[in-house]
Amino acid sequence: MSTRFPGFAPAPKSPGKLRRMALMVGLACLLWGGDLMAEYADIVINNYSDKAGMRPAIFPHWFHRIRFRCKVCHADLGFKFKAGGNDINMLKIIDGQFCGGCHNGEIAWSVENCDICHSGKPNTPTQVHGNTIQKLVK
Amino acid sequence: MKRLFPITPALLCLLGGLSIAVVEAAAPADPPAKTEAAPAASAAQVNTFNRLMTPKSDRNQPPPLDGIHDPEGPGTKTLQAPRDAFSALPKSSGGNYVNWVQALKDKAINPRYDRLNPKEEPMIMELDIVREVKGFMPDVVYPHDRHTQWLDCSNCHPDIFVPQKGANTISMAQILMGQKCGVCHGKVAFPVSECRLCHSKKKDQALLKK
Ligand code: HEC
Ligand code: HEC
Ligand code: HEC
Ligand code: HEC
Ligand code: HEC
Ligand code: HEC
Repeated sequence: MSTRFPGFAPAPKSPGKLRRMALMVGLACLLWGGDLMAEYADIVINNYSDKAGMRPAIFPHWFHRIRFRCKVCHADLGFKFKAGGNDINMLKIIDGQFCGGCHNGEIAWSVENCDICHSGKPNTPTQVHGNTIQKLVK
Repeated sequence: MKRLFPITPALLCLLGGLSIAVVEAAAPADPPAKTEAAPAASAAQVNTFNRLMTPKSDRNQPPPLDGIHDPEGPGTKTLQAPRDAFSALPKSSGGNYVNWVQALKDKAINPRYDRLNPKEEPMIMELDIVREVKGFMPDVVYPHDRHTQWLDCSNCHPDIFVPQKGANTISMAQILMGQKCGVCHGKVAFPVSECRLCHSKKKDQALLKK
């Protein structure tokens, strides 16, 4: 674009083209800004994170189900089948509940790695990605 | 506990777009082209062949590009990309695009059934429940074996299903709304689009014609 700056650049041959390009970049961004490409069953948990100035936590089901059966979390550790429905907070985690059942430096890396869990875009609401109601077309 | 100003890529991108527009506006304007109607996007871009489906190239995006992870977040780049993990697993046509049932059967993965003991084996129950469906759709076969590979009885009984054949009313509408089978299917287990996996039992054709 550097040759296009006013004053020392030749006028563009087709002025509509540039404006159109700007518009398209904008449009593409609007589409891209959505969360349509998030991995199926990724869960954003954001009951408290935003308010506390942390990025929302993201739990990737696909990654964990390669290593554990559903039963370990949803029966033994007591995670209810509801995104955001377990009232998780850091005190419970460091006491070994919920994520803390494993992220304790023994089964998996420990809680000081804040940013690996708190990796969501600020203001992303609690949700399950790819769920039927969110997108009936896929 | 610093919080970075939420500069999302979309925002940066939009700003980029705007700045191009500003530079353009400041540039000496040519006389308007005679025939140009200046549409916002070309016909080819608006009328793509398959407007509503996710193109193959957009599946299993790496975290920095997936729209929910913050690419500016220090932890984001350390996360594994699903495509890397899935490359060695059997494929399917929906959800994660991984056939999780086959992956277990092939021993391509061996997820723990116990948090601590990697050797503990699941208690498998071999019991298929056939649910007759009114109309032309094939009947539904609910397989306990493929569920008890992953889940505990208490995950379904008694909260989602009373453990008694025929004691539960189930409809597609409920499943689409995230109830009954839809508690998992369409959220984490294979999505509702895979009709044939559930509607797997051919009807007796003679009965249909009656
Ligand atoms: C294993 C994953 C994980 C790690 C590691 C982790 N967190 Fe969290 N954290 C969570 C989850 C899940 C929540 C609940 C999110 C919500 O509902 O907003 C949470 C909530 C929070 C909250 C809001 C609730 C509360 O307890 O005050 C704060 C603040 C927080 N985390 C800070 C941190 C800090 C600081 C670190 C690093 C020392 C950290 N977290 C590491 C998973 C994690
Ligand atoms: C490592 C732990 C873990 C494993 C393994 C796991 N989950 Fe989850 N699951 C979670 C967490 C965490 C949540 C979100 C809970 C919250 O936000 O409070 C969740 C939420 C869910 C939900 C609720 C989604 C909604 O509707 O809001 C469903 C359904 C679910 N899991 C099904 C499964 C199934 C099926 C499996 C096995 C294939 C599985 N999970 C394996 C941890 C796990
Ligand atoms: C049943 C045990 C278990 C529970 C419960 C659990 N995790 Fe994990 N998690 C693991 C293991 C094991 C790893 C892999 C560690 C490694 O790479 O060595 C992991 C890795 C991760 C990763 C990194 C994935 C990557 O791309 O490398 C994230 C993010 C994560 N967990 C978030 C969470 C959050 C958030 C929770 C709670 C809502 C949670 N986990 C609960 C066992 C667990
Ligand atoms: C994924 C959910 C799920 C899991 C996990 C599950 N079941 Fe079931 N179960 C069902 C469904 C669905 C039915 C059929 C109910 C109906 O027909 O109304 C059923 C029916 C039953 C029945 C009644 C059979 C009959 O002929 O009346 C029994 C007994 C039963 N389950 C026991 C178990 C036991 C024991 C386990 C654990 C080993 C288990 N189930 C795990 C979903 C599940
Ligand atoms: C508690 C969660 C849960 C519920 C409820 C549930 N399923 Fe599943 N189902 C799973 C999981 C996990 C798998 C493993 C495959 C996957 O994850 O895609 C599975 C697999 C299956 C399969 C095997 C597909 C194959 O490839 O062989 C069928 C069929 C099926 N479910 C039908 C049903 C029906 C019908 C119902 C309702 C009566 C139901 N499921 C309720 C979690 C559930
Ligand atoms: C997770 C399993 C599952 C999947 C996937 C699934 N169904 Fe169903 N379907 C059921 C069950 C269970 C019933 C209820 C059977 C009964 O009456 O007991 C049902 C019932 C139906 C009925 C009868 C009317 C009604 O609402 O009960 C129709 C029609 C139907 N399904 C069509 C479809 C189509 C089309 C698809 C694919 C887009 C599909 N189903 C995918 C499990 C499934």
